Amino acid sequence: MQFGIFTVTDITQDPTTGRTPSEHERIKATLTMAKHAEEVGLDVFALGEHHNPPFWSSSPTTTLAHVAGQTSTLQLSTATTLITTNDPVKIAEDYSMLQHVSDGRVDLMLGRGNTGPVYPWFGQDIRQGLPLALENYELLHRLWREDVVDWSGQFRTPLQGFTATPRPLDDVPPFVWHGSIRTPEIADQAAFYGDGFFANHIFWPASHTQRMIALYRQRFEHHGHGTAAQAIVGLGGQVFMRKNSQDAVNEFRPYFDNAPVYGHGPSLEDFTQQTPLTVGSPQEVIDRTLGFRDYVGDYQRQLWLMDHAGLPLKTVLEQLDLLGEEVVPVLRKEFAKNRPADVPDAPTHASLVKAKYGDETPRQATPNANRGDNLTLGSPYQDTAVVEAAKPGSAFGPAATRKEFVR
Amino acid sequence: MTTKRIVVISAGLSTPSSTRQLADRLGGDAVSLLQERGFEVETQVFELRDLAHDITNHLLMGFAPPKLQAALDAVSSADGLIAVTPIFTTSYAGLFKSFIDVIDPQALTDLPVLIGATGGTPRHSLAIDYAIRPLFTYLHAIPVTTGVFAATSDWGTEGDGVRSLPDRIFRGAKEFADLVERTDRSELVRDPFALDRPVGHLVGGFTGE
Repeated sequence: MQFGIFTVTDITQDPTTGRTPSEHERIKATLTMAKHAEEVGLDVFALGEHHNPPFWSSSPTTTLAHVAGQTSTLQLSTATTLITTNDPVKIAEDYSMLQHVSDGRVDLMLGRGNTGPVYPWFGQDIRQGLPLALENYELLHRLWREDVVDWSGQFRTPLQGFTATPRPLDDVPPFVWHGSIRTPEIADQAAFYGDGFFANHIFWPASHTQRMIALYRQRFEHHGHGTAAQAIVGLGGQVFMRKNSQDAVNEFRPYFDNAPVYGHGPSLEDFTQQTPLTVGSPQEVIDRTLGFRDYVGDYQRQLWLMDHAGLPLKTVLEQLDLLGEEVVPVLRKEFAKNRPADVPDAPTHASLVKAKYGDETPRQATPNANRGDNLTLGSPYQDTAVVEAAKPGSAFGPAATRKEFVR
Repeated sequence: MTTKRIVVISAGLSTPSSTRQLADRLGGDAVSLLQERGFEVETQVFELRDLAHDITNHLLMGFAPPKLQAALDAVSSADGLIAVTPIFTTSYAGLFKSFIDVIDPQALTDLPVLIGATGGTPRHSLAIDYAIRPLFTYLHAIPVTTGVFAATSDWGTEGDGVRSLPDRIFRGAKEFADLVERTDRSELVRDPFALDRPVGHLVGGFTGE
């Protein structure tokens, strides 16, 4: 089971001091957090995507590439990548690229976003949100799996003979999670492709998450990817800890009361009761988190939101220490108990390579000499059988008729 | 015997309120009429005042606390809704509208509705037809043609001297009972997590479903 953190990258005034960090300060703080996540033994760092203040994360792969360079085991992910308004071609390229620079420590979570104007800003229509998510992902899925893609759909300029470069590392695409709070179709989409499903879980009652996960598991089995219990489930969570429970409540309350999402709404007490938010001692966090399994089954990934609502970096790093030292080691041990042997772990690059190739050497995509285009028959890569009519090398002149490059 | 489920919501802010009193009268006549016709009737009454904090939290957070969720579930699976609000500043009470705003937009489809409203003088009575009725029409509910407005003076003897308040209540309740009698809404199961239809049609390839 994987444990980690996810951030929405909000830049929020600290309500206890009245101070708001600059974009630069908050960006640097988040990079420090990500590195610290690895230092304390967490497995995953996931980053949101936004295109409006007060958020900073408009360019997730730039950020994650930096984190990749500063870490060695941390799995890099997103929370979420906007499948509706990003060009799926660019997503295919960016995340393949990130796979290469991070040696495969990448997966991503697709979502539709929560800011309406992002659609028109990127030339899309919010009323087409769901069809966009479905069509764009179908194209993304193909771009990562087929060297040369012909495509035409409802939303994007058609592609003829297009190759997304670089090819995924070892020709194994990044694992994809689909995140949705309330859309059953997205649970079905995740199930159809045999991808993971991630439930945000933090702003909604447990009963709601339970039903979305149950639907996803049922459809996963229906689409033939394994039993319902083998579906790949991730959950969000949100905690604030101090050794003494009451200290945690006192310290977190002003952040809660003024937080961008739930501030000035329900009381901290009501909200902790009605949602998975846990404010208290590490033991309380352990008990609450172990309880998630009771309503979603054995799952693969637990991410926590630790750094929002204006919490200062120092506090966040202390929270990560508590997670890494006191909470996660116990959770690893307890979640492993009674976990059926046939429930898989969250896929990683290594496990996906193993599943695809066994003990064989993975494909290393190596292009043929430049033909000037991808439009002639066959594939631009050396290890692909090229049909007879293909003319590798120059598209004209003597080189165009040479046969020796054909394998 | 068939059971009909009627939900009454009252947006009166005081306790006791004439809005609640009108709601009870409308409910009472509707229940009697249905019982005379051989139905068993289950009635649930919700005072929105009791749910005011939950409604606000739902507006801010996007999910309903348990007590409010119970009311929303009751409304969406009802055979009929009796909705009564005071008229404030030419329209329904803000609390009433906020409650309507947190109802799933599909949840009231085909729902018979009896509208009631209260106000200080009869001069506000058209608010039922220019403000409240379009709200329910937009949601594809079926408001009966008679809406019952009770001005303060109606609680005296003669009202406007043409039709007394009890006459109007009975007329609205009868139209409502006629629709409730015919609907089978409460027997339909609405599962928000059900896939209306498989997703395949949207991408042209989900295993040909």
